Amino acid sequence: MKYVDEFRDGTLARNLAASLQAEVDPARHYSFMEFCGGHTHALARYGVVDLLPGNVRMIHGPGCPVCVLPIGRIDMGIQLALERGAMLCTYGDVMRVPASDGLSLLRAKARGGDIRMVYSPADALQLARNHPGREVVFLAIGFETTTPPSALVIRQAAREGIKNFSVLCCHVLTPSAITHILQSPEVAQYGTLALDGFVGPAHVSIVIGSAVYEPFASTYRKPVVISGFEPLDVMQSILMLVRQVNQGRAEVENQFTRAVNRAGNRAAQAVTTEVFELRDSFEWRGLGEVPFSALKIRPEFAPFDAECRFELIYQAVPDHQQCECGAILRGVKRPTECKLFGTVCTPENPMGSCMVSSEGSCAAHYTYGRFRDIPVLTT
Amino acid sequence: MITKKNGYLRPLDLKHGRIDMNHGAGGRVGAQLVDELFARAFNNPYLRQGNDGALLSVPAGQRLVMATDAHVISPLFFPGGDIGSLAVHGTVNDVAMLGATPLYLSASFILEEGFPLAQLKRIVESMAAASRACGVPVVTGDTKVVEKGKGDGVFISTTGLGVVPEGRDIGGANAQPGDAVLLSGSIGEHGVAVLSQRESLQFETAILSDSAALHTLVAAMLAAAPEGAVHVLRDPTRGGLATTLNEIAQQSGVGMLLQEAAIPVLPQVAAACELLGLDPLYIANEGKLVAIVAPEAASAVLAAMRTHPLGLRAAQIGQVSEDANRFVQMTTAFGGRRVVDWLSGEPLPRIC
Repeated sequence: MKYVDEFRDGTLARNLAASLQAEVDPARHYSFMEFCGGHTHALARYGVVDLLPGNVRMIHGPGCPVCVLPIGRIDMGIQLALERGAMLCTYGDVMRVPASDGLSLLRAKARGGDIRMVYSPADALQLARNHPGREVVFLAIGFETTTPPSALVIRQAAREGIKNFSVLCCHVLTPSAITHILQSPEVAQYGTLALDGFVGPAHVSIVIGSAVYEPFASTYRKPVVISGFEPLDVMQSILMLVRQVNQGRAEVENQFTRAVNRAGNRAAQAVTTEVFELRDSFEWRGLGEVPFSALKIRPEFAPFDAECRFELIYQAVPDHQQCECGAILRGVKRPTECKLFGTVCTPENPMGSCMVSSEGSCAAHYTYGRFRDIPVLTT
Repeated sequence: MITKKNGYLRPLDLKHGRIDMNHGAGGRVGAQLVDELFARAFNNPYLRQGNDGALLSVPAGQRLVMATDAHVISPLFFPGGDIGSLAVHGTVNDVAMLGATPLYLSASFILEEGFPLAQLKRIVESMAAASRACGVPVVTGDTKVVEKGKGDGVFISTTGLGVVPEGRDIGGANAQPGDAVLLSGSIGEHGVAVLSQRESLQFETAILSDSAALHTLVAAMLAAAPEGAVHVLRDPTRGGLATTLNEIAQQSGVGMLLQEAAIPVLPQVAAACELLGLDPLYIANEGKLVAIVAPEAASAVLAAMRTHPLGLRAAQIGQVSEDANRFVQMTTAFGGRRVVDWLSGEPLPRIC
């Protein structure tokens, strides 16, 4: 496949692996957090981990949009579909996320909820146009990558005067999550989570630009290398991080120059600001309440805000007691350190959200990498 | 099954007519549907026996193989096939995967009230053409009608009977460490062709479903190898290649090591999967087979596959290993290694 295979080339990968091997300081360890689920997926899917030197450890970050969505938010969606008769549309990944009462959107659908998987919020808006007698709600999740499309359909619905369409906004912000991790006790106080730098977001950075990461480099002295999602991108970014660490630098570097610039996509930023404003606080699965970490729909667009329209009240729901998703999302624990991993929590029966999406650390490790820590139950 | 033509009966309106509850009520209207559509299309001596069942002869010294498959595909018509041809190929293949020669098919139709007769005619004729092309007649059948909203147009369930000689033992539990894993061609075409037609997901593609009957390919493979050298045959339908290989590994108590670079995928399929966030390893096929073959016979079987029109792109994609954990592992084209796991649930696209 042209323009894709080039970034998955095995020969180039071996060359990069050799450079990494030659440049790492054997006397020390390197711990880098890849923020995005897309990077987690690439590391596992292409077996990148096998090509890294033994003293480079990758820590999976909280950048899997499905994983950080708290149970209470899915419950709101289920309530809309089952109790309020709404046609609920959302991205495919969200369908299997475990919610309260043993439900998920998929299981709520089996109970008669009209829940549909869409590839784009524009498809949800089209469903609203096609079914004027139905309330159509788009359950909007994701980081800054999926936010502008949500903003666009809300603006479009307002312009067309569509009366039966609204959005349940669960959009979250990348920089606040990174700050949260850097300020977490494990990193800031106890130093139990050694963190030498970040593989910075790919698609998110296309929208928000690279400049927003500069405080992480200057204030917290952590190198950030913005990286594409292809496996060669990730390897090259890790090499760039190793070099920064070796040279004692902490800068924002951009490996993903083919798509990311310093300012980002201003048109996307403008439509986002037009439609959304900051929430004072938002609950993240695993991270808890994080101040100014999410977006809500501006009052001007209130008719399109499902939370206002249906007077929904958010109720926090605790995760399973033994579920370690929180610690895993903060990088403090590895999937295999969770008692539930691979025993009661599997991709077929996810207990925690990290086991749901293939971008989640647990699912990625279970699906692609568990031969490394045999024995794991196989039946 | 064929009733005497009533001179006063108005012929079925196959252009504008629709299925109604009368077609399933067992009266004259139902008999007419059977007569003018099904019996005419599938016409063969067994159907002409006119009984509720077909009387079949079985070659001496052979064992019977029976397989059944229900077809509920949406959309009913897709690039490269339709539910009719699929209902023939799917069941013929299930029989053939035991190394058997498929001989007979049965077909039962569940029709939804209101379904256009013109579409039904198209489906039945395609099914009849597929059955003739395979040389496997539909020897008995049944039709039921359900109320509108209780079906999805047409469901077709087919059962196949075939024969396999005494002593031939091909099955999912027979893979042995050291065996070669062969694949008859490129993967993912059926699933992508069907996906491209889904209402919610229309995209333009020239990809055709690979729906095909594989029994002649199987016969060619078996003829090329000594009896007993082909250990497992299976068609990777739902769940794709990955799921099929995991089933075999589980059944045989072995592991597998695949080479990603050796697995053929058409560029169009790779591109569509990339766009949709899907993995071709998990996408359905309807005209491909996996063969697990003793290592010394692998090259002969592979050569036979490549001379058959349905196996031109056949390849050895890996080998069977000893592994108490029954992992299917893969060396990625990138140079790393990973597990190729079972499919869990429906393949869902990733969000970003």
